[in-house]
Amino acid sequence: MSAPGSNDTEPWPLWEVFVRSSRGLSHLHAGSLHAPDAEMAVRNARDLYTRRNEGVSVWVVRSSDITASDPDAKGAFFESPRGKEYRHASYYTESEGVKHL
Amino acid sequence: MAASANMARNTEPETVEDPDGRARFDELIAADQRVEPTDWMPEAYRKTLVRQVSQHAHSEIIGMQPEGNWITRAPSLKRKAILMAKVQDEAGHGLYLYSAAQTLGTPRDKMTEDLISGKAKYSSIFNYPTPTWADMGSIGWLVDGAAICNQVPLCRASYGPYARAMVRICKEESFHQRQGFEILLHLSRGTKEQHAMAQESVNRWYAPALMMFGPPDADSPNSAQSMAWNIKRFSNDELRQRFVDMIVPQSEVLGLTLPDPDIKWNEERGHYDFGELDWDEFYEVLKGRGPANAIRLERRRTAHEEGAWVREAAAAYAERRRQQSEKAQAA
Ligand SMILES: [Fe+2]
Ligand SMILES: [Fe+2]
Repeated sequence: MSAPGSNDTEPWPLWEVFVRSSRGLSHLHAGSLHAPDAEMAVRNARDLYTRRNEGVSVWVVRSSDITASDPDAKGAFFESPRGKEYRHASYYTESEGVKHL
Repeated sequence: MAASANMARNTEPETVEDPDGRARFDELIAADQRVEPTDWMPEAYRKTLVRQVSQHAHSEIIGMQPEGNWITRAPSLKRKAILMAKVQDEAGHGLYLYSAAQTLGTPRDKMTEDLISGKAKYSSIFNYPTPTWADMGSIGWLVDGAAICNQVPLCRASYGPYARAMVRICKEESFHQRQGFEILLHLSRGTKEQHAMAQESVNRWYAPALMMFGPPDADSPNSAQSMAWNIKRFSNDELRQRFVDMIVPQSEVLGLTLPDPDIKWNEERGHYDFGELDWDEFYEVLKGRGPANAIRLERRRTAHEEGAWVREAAAAYAERRRQQSEKAQAA
């Protein structure tokens, strides 16, 4: 597993920015930026990603604190849903035409 | 830029040939899918992107200067506020693009160094001076307009982080073009002097804006490879034509003329014909001999050097806070 974003050649750590566009919605990944600490990262995120009312709340997470699935194993790692169509409502066709189902 | 962009690399750029990786890359390109930073990619693809994306970022950053120059002299508080917002957007565009370039393994500091040492290129359009207020109109209408024409197809560029940065940028650019158009419209409908100022400015910016699309296809040897990699979607000449077709009717709305006697609707082609451009001038400016090259680079260098203490202070503060919290945890 690789710790994403950690890069010795950059003087400031990399932060991932998540923005909640309005109350009741999830924070979504908006982009990333470099900043010396969390406080500066939040301020910079506001200036960089919410200049037009894009959000009501901002999260920043150090990229190095994110654990990602191993990109080299992507085939196997996401294999299990394949062949399991019965997990989708569309698999069940005999109820076709029955109301409120 | 976006998530996977930075689920990125912590190693030096990949140079080893990897047959499986190459097969996967070829598959992705053939299927018009996106390549992400963690995917194997040919070294030439990476290099092409680093060059293009960092040049693009530099252009956004240098591009703040000709307009920033007018903020204090903009004719009203409203115009000052608009111009500040636009210049701030361009800073943002530069940052999105630097982030995208960083996912290819090139550190930010290296790109900054290459810019201020004069090694890296940026769009030669920003090496023209802005002597009049009408130039703020021409830049918005023609320069941002040409940029949009170039950038919309880049939203589908094969490299994911670049494409995502372009989507964000394109959303913001339309305000830039419209505010420029409005500046010119107001001047054109104003006094005789104001109208003349608008016309004189459009006369100066027209040809340089057309040259923003790059040399004619016949003289653009790298284009074919970029198109094969789905980085570039249309040729320089195709985009230039598209732009001319848009601005000719727009200039009529403005009540201004374009300084090219050869502009004429061509029924057969379904496009406007237009005259030859002076490419010697383009190469002169590109080589750094344009009217404002030296000023632009000097200002960027000074800003970078004078900002050094801020960067150092921020880093020192962050380090002290880190040590304090470590001590507190240990206690
Ligand atoms: Fe821009
Ligand atoms: Fe712009």
